[in-house]
Amino acid sequence: MNSIRALIVDDSSVMRKIVERSLVQAGLELVAVFGAGNGAEALGILASNQVDLILCDINMPVMDGLEFVKQLPAVANAKDVPVVMITTEGSEAHVVQALSAGARGYIRKPFTPDQVKEHVIPLLAVKA
Amino acid sequence: MNSTSEALAGGTAHQNWIPLLEVASQEVFELMLGCKLTPPDGANELRPDITAMVGLAGQLCGVLSIGCDHKSVALMASKMLGIDADQAGPEMCDAFGEVCNMVAGNFKNKIAGLGDGCMLSVPTVITGTEYDLHSLTNTARLEVKFLFEGLPMTISLEVNN
Repeated sequence: MNSIRALIVDDSSVMRKIVERSLVQAGLELVAVFGAGNGAEALGILASNQVDLILCDINMPVMDGLEFVKQLPAVANAKDVPVVMITTEGSEAHVVQALSAGARGYIRKPFTPDQVKEHVIPLLAVKA
Repeated sequence: MNSTSEALAGGTAHQNWIPLLEVASQEVFELMLGCKLTPPDGANELRPDITAMVGLAGQLCGVLSIGCDHKSVALMASKMLGIDADQAGPEMCDAFGEVCNMVAGNFKNKIAGLGDGCMLSVPTVITGTEYDLHSLTNTARLEVKFLFEGLPMTISLEVNN
């Protein structure tokens, strides 16, 4: 699966663009990209849109990334969509929390497009 | 790695964090901007006209800041977003704030036992030269200097003891 619809959740619009650029550099064709500034906005987008991949920050206002991931199973459009966290929070405790909450991957900032590729492509292959 | 308790025990121990601050800064620029920071050559005196700041709270309290000039920040935005430096526009400050945020996050992740015990604030970017930053008196200051694409840049960490 190289053509995907992605949802990027980060309170920084610049970081959303950087993540989007990394996905393209990783060789993915983005047929649609949705951006959300926090978990609540992302849930709103998922209520009416189907995506193949979600990349999500942890520290965000209104609803953080961990709470967002916990709420995903209740969203019909998104319960099987892989979520990869991309965050400056690098402690093992955060990784465990994120994976326990339902995230399928964890990338620490700073990151390279190769790291994005390494984490994302296997998840999309499984989904396909 | 240095332990948090060792380094927080006294002012001079903070100097052990300078190599970590250097590596944390270099990694952000290499991985996110695709360029190497080089040592200062002494010829370029920096009078920063733009400063990004991120606060740290918890086991480690303080402020990490990066000072440089607008041309450097436009270049950072250009490299991060894949646009021309003269097209960076208002995103320039956001990109600079993100760089500061990542340096602060990368730095704290390099200190054993600190990751969970230290929170970062949202970045703030100040433009202009006519300001002074006053920290609490019981503060240690770490500073590293680099050239970014030949332009001077100072990264400093003020730690409240």
